[in-house]
Amino acid sequence: MDTLILSRIQFGANISFHILFPTITIALGWVLLFFKLRFGATGDEKWMNAYRFWIKVFALSFAMGVVSGITMSFQFGTNWPGFMETVGNIAGPLLAYEVMTAFFLEAVFLGIMLFGFSKVPGWLHTLATFLVAFGTTMSAFWILVLNSWMHTPAGFEMRDGVAHATDWFAIIFNPSMPYRLVHMLLASGLTVAFLIAGISAFRWLMRDRSEEVRTTLRFGLTLGALLIPLQILAGDMHGLNTLEHQPQKVAAMEGNWETRSNVPLVLFAIPDEEARENRFEIGIPNGASLILKHKAEGIVPGLNDFVAEDGTVQHPPVAPVFFSFRIMIGTGVAMLFFSWAGVVLMRRRRAGVEGIPKMMLIALVPMAFSGWLATLAGWYTTEIGRQPWLVQGVMTTKQAIADVPAPMVASTLFAYLTIYAVLLGAYISVIFYLAGKAAKGEPVSVRPSAGQATANAVAAE
Amino acid sequence: MELFGDPAQWLPLTFAALMGLSILIYVVLDGFDLGVGVLFPLAEKAEQDRMVASIGPFWDANETWLVLAIGILLVAFPTAHGTILTALYLPVTLMLMGLILRGVAFEFRVKAPDKWKPLWDKSFWIGSLITSLTQGYMLGMYIMGLEVTLFTQAFAAITAVFLTVAYSFIGATWLILKTEGALQLKAVKWAKGGIWGVVLGLGAVSITSPFVSDRIFDKWFSVPEIFLLAPLPLFSGLIVALLWYALRHLPTKNDSWAWFPFVATISVFVLGFFGMAYSFYPYVVPEQLTIYEAASAPESLFIILIGTLFVLPMILGYTALAYTVFRGKATALSYE
Ligand code: HDD
Ligand code: HEM
Ligand code: HEM
Repeated sequence: MDTLILSRIQFGANISFHILFPTITIALGWVLLFFKLRFGATGDEKWMNAYRFWIKVFALSFAMGVVSGITMSFQFGTNWPGFMETVGNIAGPLLAYEVMTAFFLEAVFLGIMLFGFSKVPGWLHTLATFLVAFGTTMSAFWILVLNSWMHTPAGFEMRDGVAHATDWFAIIFNPSMPYRLVHMLLASGLTVAFLIAGISAFRWLMRDRSEEVRTTLRFGLTLGALLIPLQILAGDMHGLNTLEHQPQKVAAMEGNWETRSNVPLVLFAIPDEEARENRFEIGIPNGASLILKHKAEGIVPGLNDFVAEDGTVQHPPVAPVFFSFRIMIGTGVAMLFFSWAGVVLMRRRRAGVEGIPKMMLIALVPMAFSGWLATLAGWYTTEIGRQPWLVQGVMTTKQAIADVPAPMVASTLFAYLTIYAVLLGAYISVIFYLAGKAAKGEPVSVRPSAGQATANAVAAE
Repeated sequence: MELFGDPAQWLPLTFAALMGLSILIYVVLDGFDLGVGVLFPLAEKAEQDRMVASIGPFWDANETWLVLAIGILLVAFPTAHGTILTALYLPVTLMLMGLILRGVAFEFRVKAPDKWKPLWDKSFWIGSLITSLTQGYMLGMYIMGLEVTLFTQAFAAITAVFLTVAYSFIGATWLILKTEGALQLKAVKWAKGGIWGVVLGLGAVSITSPFVSDRIFDKWFSVPEIFLLAPLPLFSGLIVALLWYALRHLPTKNDSWAWFPFVATISVFVLGFFGMAYSFYPYVVPEQLTIYEAASAPESLFIILIGTLFVLPMILGYTALAYTVFRGKATALSYE
């Protein structure tokens, strides 16, 4: 394997690992604020208990997000120096604004949010919680501006092979940014909704019958039920936007080889790039034309339009885009089913959590991580669908590569993968450990980390 | 823009100054929390918890200064950014792994099942150690112009050790400030041991730098520079002497002066940093690329500068707020 492919795998592995945790923290910050405000409004202990449990998950996720994020900010220099040399005039300010307006805000106020509860007045603690949530959302905003610009670049001109900004408004509000931002924020909300529902279901199955678990289970399912239709709508609109700006990506997502009318919606197939056709295709007649052009005879672009005269392929690799797209949609449909079924069952005759059959509660536990699956699949669709471009129409991925020997990249890649695997395992098992501990009614507060106090806490546990 | 003269002149300089400032703040702030991590195995179990408690609310924000510094390098001097980071590919990766290991340990050591705690403690220590060593190594390589020879690597290995000692030293002075009782006594002892390392390290870097680079030699030892520069080593020497004196008398009965070693160490770091910055100016990649050659387009720098002027004071403001909220002796960390 050469440096290019290894660096791509390494970048993909790093960002995939990173995105797992921001996806949780972005929405969980707001959820914690909500719990806290509900407690303030009702004085009901259950909200405070929910806050106490989920702030631990938040703190853990945040730490994972921070360390993997720091890794990300070095990746551009170590592996993709060409990126900054070519589009640094645009990417640079966006990243700088992210650091200045988001990272410092969340990092500084995180300390107060986590450990300041008894040290600062209530309003300041609530404000800190708000600012952390706001900061994570700002992070998402700036990085998605940059990422969207890489897909639909605007507001710049090339001089001597280097991009120069001409219109910052056009750069920030580039054509795909609103869609990508909305879709990502909803994805974060859904990830958290199902995480909360799934972990609460787990605690319920461990015979935890506290008011807190009832509330968070209902909260997670309701949030999921509210967000998933919005997400499907936003996803559809995002797709239409992509059709306009990156038709080759949509063609790969749909697995459509020829530009034609009455294109079916392919449910399953194995795209064969050698033969340039699909095998084992199962589709709904006219489906794709209907979705993308809103009429059965609508003409949908096909992959064969993106092959140059001399036979060079100018569209992304089809199979990975095609399959990851279907994984995302499939997960979305599963989310729709579970959240709506859950809400309906709980509402029926006011049965509450008891109205949900055990089988379904069991199924909700793995659904806790469905948001991760859909998010990763979505990003793979998006990013691989942009290849061979790094910045659509401006520079290819190949042009950005560093002059680092392949074995060196291979060894760091191996090291990263090992660390990530261990940390991921530790993260998931600690979440279940904390849930199990809470379900057994053990004191929810974390061991305080100090001399004498530890001794007391150990005695108490 | 023309108001201040040619932006192609003053913008790169401004950004070099901003980058220097964030590196300096980073070295001081993450320096002390990395140092606490390096000293970690020297303490008893209960003391270790207290040590972590003294840095728990701060470490994340401290590391953000590294992100800012690397961000400015990336946005203001893109070509230098690529050159430096690809030349330092392996140490950078190692450092990142160190940062990962220690960063997650803060959380895992108190949340994972008890039987895993020793493992996460180890990861906290090793992570801090790797981070400090690799940063010192990179500093050495940078001083040597990023050239890889046996000699430069040997030099970098020495700076690696010295920077780690320097971090442990500032970490110990932080603990003197933030703790009391037996732990504070230990911290004084550690600082007494570390101070010799700091003196040796400062000496070694100051003596070697001018001899590996003729340019630096000229910058130091010509008239009038030598007189303008003389205060740097003189003041450093004076502060170190005061430190040495203070450490022999600490802790005092009513804990007065506990702040002194930390503050004095910061000023030594600042002086050393200025000496370094002076020697390297105008290069961003030593002997290869000046800040003027490497700078991005003025329009882009300008738009960042405007934001910085507004945001940097705010950042400093709420950083100060955080340090005020958690002032005084470190207490148990709790979410309640
Ligand atoms: C919980 C996560 C989640 C769920 C349930 C869905 N998506 Fe999604 N999708 C994402 C999470 C996501 C994402 C990870 O957030 C992506 C990657 C980049 C982006 O902005 O959003 C994405 C990208 C993405 C793209 C690619 C955009 C591009 O061209 O760059 C399309 C067309 C859709 N989505 C469409 C949908 C549809 C029609 C869904 C209906 C079920 C759907 N998504 C569910
Ligand atoms: C957050 C979720 C993201 C995921 C999971 C993700 C995943 C990926 C993957 C898998 C690739 C490799 C494509 C290929 O090899 O064909 C890639 C490429 C790339 N992505 Fe992303 N990406 C994400 C977000 C971003 C963002 C926000 C940016 C920019 C700020 C970005 C910048 C890049 C760059 C520079 C490459 C080029 C390297 C390459 O092609 O492998 N990505 N990404
Ligand atoms: C190449 C792309 C990326 C880089 C260079 C990057 C860099 C970073 C860094 C350095 C941090 C740590 C900040 C701190 O010290 O507090 C961080 C955290 C964060 N990032 Fe990223 N990131 C990237 C992609 C993304 C993406 C795609 C998203 C979301 C859509 C995202 C959202 C966040 C959020 C919300 C945080 C703060 C919360 C947390 O730490 O979990 N980032 N990122």
